[in-house]
Amino acid sequence: MEAVFLQLLNGLDKGGAYALIALGLTLIFGTLGVVNFAHGATFMIGSFCAVTLQKLLTMSQKVRDESVTFFEAYKEVPYLEIWFGDTGRALIDWTVPLALLFSIPIMLAFGYIMERGLIQRFYKRTHAEQILVTFGLAIVLQELVKAYFGANPIPTPAPDIVSGSAHVGAWLGMSDAIVYPWWRLIYFLFAAILIGGVFAFLNMTTFGMVVRAGMADRETVGLIGIDIDKKFTIVFGIAAVVTGLAGVMYTPVLPPDYHIGMEFLVLSFVVVVVGGMGSLRGAVAAGFLLGILQSFASMTEVKSILPGIDQIIIYLVAVVILLVRPRGLMGREGVMED
Amino acid sequence: MFFKQQAGLHLILKMSTKQGVKTLGDMKVNRRSFMKGTAVAAAGVAAPSFFTRNAWGADFVNNPGDAKSVTFGFNVPQTGAYADEGADELRAYKLAVKHLNGEGDGGMLNTMKPLSLKGNGVLGKKIEFVTGDTQTKSDAARSSAKRMIEKDGALMITGGSSSGVAIAVQNLCQEAGVIFMAGLTHSNDTTGKDKKRYGFRHFFNAYMSGAALGPVLKEEMGTDRRAYHLTADYTWGWTQEESIKNTTEALGWTTVNTVKTPVGAGDFSQYITPVLNSGADVLILNHYGKDMINSLTQAVQFGLRDKQVNGKQFEIIVPLFSRLMAQGAGDNIKGILGSTNWNWALQDAGSQAFVKSFGQEYGFPPSQAAHTCYVQALLYANACEMAGSFYPPEVIKALEGFEFDGMGNGKTLYRAEDHQCFKDVLVVRGNQNPSSQFDLLEIVKEVPAEQVTYDPAIFGGELGPYKA
Amino acid sequence: MQMKDNILVAIFAAVILTMPIWAGAVGAGYPDLLQKFAIFGLFAIGFNILFGFTGYLSFGHAAFLGVGSYTAMWSFKLLSMNALPAVILATLLSGIFAAAIGFVALRRSGIYFSILTLAFAQMCYNLAYSVLTPVTMGETGLTLAADDPRIFGGAGVEAGGALPSPDFFGLSLSGYNGFYFAAIILVIGFYISVRLYRSSFGLMLLAVKSNQNRMNYTGLNTKPYLLSAFVISGMYAGLAGALMVVIDPLAGAERMQWTASGEVVLMTILGGVGTLLGPFIGAVTIKYFENIFSAFNDAVLNQIFDFLPDFIQVIWVPFASLFVGKGWHLTLGVLFMLVVIFLPGGAMEGFRLLKEKLFKKNEDAAETAKAGGTE
Repeated sequence: MEAVFLQLLNGLDKGGAYALIALGLTLIFGTLGVVNFAHGATFMIGSFCAVTLQKLLTMSQKVRDESVTFFEAYKEVPYLEIWFGDTGRALIDWTVPLALLFSIPIMLAFGYIMERGLIQRFYKRTHAEQILVTFGLAIVLQELVKAYFGANPIPTPAPDIVSGSAHVGAWLGMSDAIVYPWWRLIYFLFAAILIGGVFAFLNMTTFGMVVRAGMADRETVGLIGIDIDKKFTIVFGIAAVVTGLAGVMYTPVLPPDYHIGMEFLVLSFVVVVVGGMGSLRGAVAAGFLLGILQSFASMTEVKSILPGIDQIIIYLVAVVILLVRPRGLMGREGVMED
Repeated sequence: MFFKQQAGLHLILKMSTKQGVKTLGDMKVNRRSFMKGTAVAAAGVAAPSFFTRNAWGADFVNNPGDAKSVTFGFNVPQTGAYADEGADELRAYKLAVKHLNGEGDGGMLNTMKPLSLKGNGVLGKKIEFVTGDTQTKSDAARSSAKRMIEKDGALMITGGSSSGVAIAVQNLCQEAGVIFMAGLTHSNDTTGKDKKRYGFRHFFNAYMSGAALGPVLKEEMGTDRRAYHLTADYTWGWTQEESIKNTTEALGWTTVNTVKTPVGAGDFSQYITPVLNSGADVLILNHYGKDMINSLTQAVQFGLRDKQVNGKQFEIIVPLFSRLMAQGAGDNIKGILGSTNWNWALQDAGSQAFVKSFGQEYGFPPSQAAHTCYVQALLYANACEMAGSFYPPEVIKALEGFEFDGMGNGKTLYRAEDHQCFKDVLVVRGNQNPSSQFDLLEIVKEVPAEQVTYDPAIFGGELGPYKA
Repeated sequence: MQMKDNILVAIFAAVILTMPIWAGAVGAGYPDLLQKFAIFGLFAIGFNILFGFTGYLSFGHAAFLGVGSYTAMWSFKLLSMNALPAVILATLLSGIFAAAIGFVALRRSGIYFSILTLAFAQMCYNLAYSVLTPVTMGETGLTLAADDPRIFGGAGVEAGGALPSPDFFGLSLSGYNGFYFAAIILVIGFYISVRLYRSSFGLMLLAVKSNQNRMNYTGLNTKPYLLSAFVISGMYAGLAGALMVVIDPLAGAERMQWTASGEVVLMTILGGVGTLLGPFIGAVTIKYFENIFSAFNDAVLNQIFDFLPDFIQVIWVPFASLFVGKGWHLTLGVLFMLVVIFLPGGAMEGFRLLKEKLFKKNEDAAETAKAGGTE
């Protein structure tokens, strides 16, 4: 029973993560219709915002270790710690939350430059060309990050205060044995808020309405005298920020390396498409569905009946859903079907 | 080949050197390959086949004949997850070439015993090298190795950072008749069921990890433990799980469960939560590289290390780890037990000589991957000197049963039966209080070679013929 | 039209078969790379029959490549070391496989189709890597073994003997022989693709690409045509997979991974989707970068740029090394972006533009001449 409940928590946590990671892609791919293979790289840039901030905050005074003679080995003491003592230490400890703020302007600029500099020329080009150019961009971004930061994952821990586990079981009056890491709970909450925010933005503001209308019929919206291009740029910027934030938040779970984005690229596409093109709600539902099913499929009890099921469950579910429902869970008709 | 020369001559970027002609397209055309080219032209361009032995009147592939140099092929991961490890391997190889050619401070040439090398290349020939990217994929690695053999005339292939690739390239080298000196590969299979006459491994294996860890585990955690394995779902993971399980069960431990996890799973939470209430008090992570960094980070996040189970402190063990992995895992690795092939902090003369050369050249200490690759290059060159020839069967015979010392890890035997090196294995622990950014592993014990030696028959396999 | 096509195929054949002679000029004149050119060229040409002709973008074609490889390997292990049965069986089995997957996946179109094919291929990959290890040998890859129970040509190898290698009725298929074997199949494959393109079947596919709805309104059922195209291109992939094994007897699961499927998509787009020659050019380009650019190192760079003054060389070589060796991916990424920005339509579009420019110049010259004449 505890095991099942824990897997349910895992599933919700994974689902939240999947939905959040795919959220930016829903906007660019599902809404603007650009097949964005650089989505993974955007996620990666987000997580490296956290790494960069960490590097900045931990700039250190280097004390040479004299026992090592053949090369220079240092014990590094961050300047912040020297200058501000405990306050400095706390700042470093809070790198990841601080990186959320730090990453917003960077990601906004990143999205803006990417859209104005590159993507805007590709709205009307074929999907094939969109794939090639965004994939090329993704490789270039990855290689630049690799050239500077190396290929090895870089640890970026969450603040100490949230490093332990929460007694979720006790809260719910269930067994004490049910504990869950604080950071994952926070991630889940964060995902819920961000998704809700984007959802409200698209559905409850005039801006969102214009964007949705522009997607359906770009030219007519243009004729009314609305500068739809500008709106699309803004959507792109928002998508980059959302993706970047997902990247920052994920660093304590997965120490980032230059390739981290590629690992989520396929998954993001699966989530968006299974949810249905153009449907934010669908993508969120798909994220949770895939996350929960994946967690349950990984249980030893399930694996003993169906060996290897945990390795393919995501794809299996994708196939079943796409066969049962022509446009994914909640897809709009006529989007990306030709 | 002949036509290649001709076309090459016409390229704009041609430069005459003493050795022959260099062109953009054909980087390494020296006198030797030029001779080969003419030989092929003489034999008729109809069916030039590089894999046809005796193609140029010599008796083995890429026979340097009376050329002034020989070429080694350094096949390492330069892209993908192990790119940093590969880069370190490449640094070590460059250093090895330098030392073999009598440049630099000589490194382990000063400490290796017995030593046939003279510091003037191999058998009087200068060593040159070509590099390639394995991408940690069997296909790419084989392609790259074939390029080295077919185009660059490599006499020996070495490198790599995973067992799948090592086994794939080893098979290729057996077919091609070119010696392969494996880089970092830890699976029992490499010198077990997939062993090959032309393949040699200096690195230790999963069995030896288990054998080395056993006594330390007993000492630190007692004989009444309940272990839970998370295992990367591919051959290396399975051999390690099996080896560690055998060792721990011999100590009297119970194995609660063994769970296979997909390679590159990223988030391991769905495999970690069942550990929480399984009654296990030890978690064994049979993961390597990124998988290990992720699973360990997450296991710690789930509070496993703060747990008390069965009245005992919960422990995590990572049977194989390296400094690079420790770096990626950050604080999470502190206090974790595992085994490693070599560490730069070793104080023996061989290790010190290597760390000195490497550190002065690059400004930081070598990794265990760099060490094994450096040693492999030296061992091959030394075997050629011993054999007095580059003829692979003779070189193989020189390596088989070769006993040496002074290359780190103490007295070492290259066992003839399976081409596996037997030497001391290090049991290490993630350092609680590192004195520098490189001081991540603390050596708990140097387990002597006798304790990790096993009967080659237990893994089966067949080396195959000397003459490929 | 047919005459022109035949000339095209003849020129193609001539260029391919003489590769061992001229490819050395760009450093590609060695068997393994030429084999890769031929095999991946075939793979891309086959992929183009689906993607280029119908517009259906499959993201799972690597699965058929893998099935082809495993089938050929098992044919060597169980049947005979002759390449012919291996190649035929692999093509057939991957065709059956493609028919099954295509039947299901083609019930959807557009992106939904792409994700369906991707999902099938990823399932194949993940299973081959882990659970199906008895059949595929997982990560290590399926190889020949001394105790293979081969029906024809003797089972097993005596202790200490060498493993057999694939042959074509006694002709060894390693080295350049292997290349010629693959190259001839490539030329045949290219010829078939040209014939298909010109046939009424090809026309039907192109019609589907331009407007499937309209096609459906006319009462025509497009599904059988689409499925045929899917199966044919799956068989090309299986054949390519078999050739990989024929030339180098090892079949690994990573051949089926999504990155491998993505690679053939990139090859096709890079060369020019829907063009006959484009996919081959794309395949050659990517394989060339992968094998040659990754092999450069600082020593080689210094050798190449030796002619530069030292102070420039000191700056230039480290910069250039960003793009080669461990940075060869960067070059590839930049290339992708440049091609798509400046040559929409891929490499073939570039050739067309070039031709147009030259042609136009001639025309202009002719016109001026004419104008001068009337004056």
